[in-house]
Amino acid sequence: MADQHAASTRKIPAPSVNVESKPFWDAATEGRFLIKRCTACGKAHWYPRSICPYCFSDKTVWESSPGEGVIYTYSVMYRSPTGPYAIGYVTLDEGPAMLTNFVDCDLGALAIGQKVKVRFQPTEGGPPVPVFAPV
Amino acid sequence: MSIKGKAYIAGAFEHPTRLATDKSTPQLHAECAKGALEDAGLTKDDIDGYFCAGDAPGFGALSMADYMGLKLRHIDSTETGGSSYIVHVGHAAEAIAAGKCSVALVTLAGRPRSQQGGGMGRGGPGGGGEVPEAGFENIYGGSTHNTYGMCAMRHMYEFGTTSEQLAWIKVAASHHAQWNPHAMLPEVVTVEDVLASPLIADPLHRLDCCVISDGGGALLVVAPEVARSLKRPLVRIMGAAEAPKGPAGGLNLDLTYSGAVWSGPRAFAEAGVTPSDIKYASIYDSFTITVLMQLEDLGFCKKGEGGMFVSDGNLISGVGKLPFNTDGGGLCNNHPTNRGGITKVIEAVRQLRGEAHPKVQVPNCDVTLAHGTGGSLGVRHGAATLIMERA
Repeated sequence: MADQHAASTRKIPAPSVNVESKPFWDAATEGRFLIKRCTACGKAHWYPRSICPYCFSDKTVWESSPGEGVIYTYSVMYRSPTGPYAIGYVTLDEGPAMLTNFVDCDLGALAIGQKVKVRFQPTEGGPPVPVFAPV
Repeated sequence: MSIKGKAYIAGAFEHPTRLATDKSTPQLHAECAKGALEDAGLTKDDIDGYFCAGDAPGFGALSMADYMGLKLRHIDSTETGGSSYIVHVGHAAEAIAAGKCSVALVTLAGRPRSQQGGGMGRGGPGGGGEVPEAGFENIYGGSTHNTYGMCAMRHMYEFGTTSEQLAWIKVAASHHAQWNPHAMLPEVVTVEDVLASPLIADPLHRLDCCVISDGGGALLVVAPEVARSLKRPLVRIMGAAEAPKGPAGGLNLDLTYSGAVWSGPRAFAEAGVTPSDIKYASIYDSFTITVLMQLEDLGFCKKGEGGMFVSDGNLISGVGKLPFNTDGGGLCNNHPTNRGGITKVIEAVRQLRGEAHPKVQVPNCDVTLAHGTGGSLGVRHGAATLIMERA
């Protein structure tokens, strides 16, 4: 178990992109992290939707985010042919929690409440995806 | 309108196979249907309602109805993952009460052990570019193990729940499985055994996880006059409710509770009983944490106190206050096509009929509950609660 917390070599598949999500992935390709906010009720949400899941308004807009937040929960997956990796939720400073992976860190030292920041990780033939690392 | 007392479960059959390399999935569905019909003393042509979920091959209920030669007045392919079949019993009771059908068949079958697959959603519908969350979730290596692991991690953080407490759930299931000749894991295990098994998805160990098995089951839900005409004990449906839950835009995410907080109270209210009236509970046990969260959410104990509630054998029949999963459950007996809802109802029926194994039969078992979670507690899921009584 010496390499129990070694960095994962798990390859990330290309995310499926549709017309609704394409602006997010175009920005990701340029290294920018976007979230959606509703201008009617003022709330941000995740994953990005055209219709606000809170007030059902269609007045939602893309907003640049620094991609900072704290770990809400996580789980290190050991049953993996490419080595352990961490899945979890980050509660963004804007409010919503999002599913993600934690990278570039000691998997054994992850903790709920830890501050993290977004970075982008390449995928197999698609746009890069947002993952998080401790700050 | 209420379903209370307006429908009965007259037939129930659990397929004995655990490895079905020589049968097709449609064949397994039909064998399960046949077994339930024989159990009830009904024939195929009595069936006028059919309920199935995503494990049924083809287009909704239509392909399987044609395969089995069913002439139907009512079809329903409601899909909420592994809890689908508990939803189906509730819907069948509604349909019967509403006069839409009088004999409703529910089937589940599949062969994940023969057809080795991987990842979340085996036995259910797949993803695709137009599934709205797919691009934002399917990339992170989420499986049932690690998404339930995230729930356990947060539950431990908020309430101080321990791995030892979770292990007691597996220990109780193993005490029951030792009496089930079909159980995949009939050996009694200890808390130490669970903690010594390898970590699969932090903090869940291998023995916190259910088995993967082939197999299936079927139920027949019938009108009261049909039930009374048969030579079987009367198992009356008293209440049923369902509720989906998901991240819902991500604000105020709380992975420490399930949709059972909504389905449970509604089912209890319809049945006119409370958790203290339940003599036996079938509680979906995809993982030990699943059981713990659902017990809290259904009101068997307060939120956050599930760890204490399940400890020291409190779920073992003849030992504790709330006998659960006396067939060994998904943790030890089977989890056909990765969907445990139907076996939860079947064992609750056995208990009400007095047909559970004598070593685990609950004395005077007059009111039972079956509860299921389909999908993942850590992402999005469907909860279903069913309350039954011996008439």
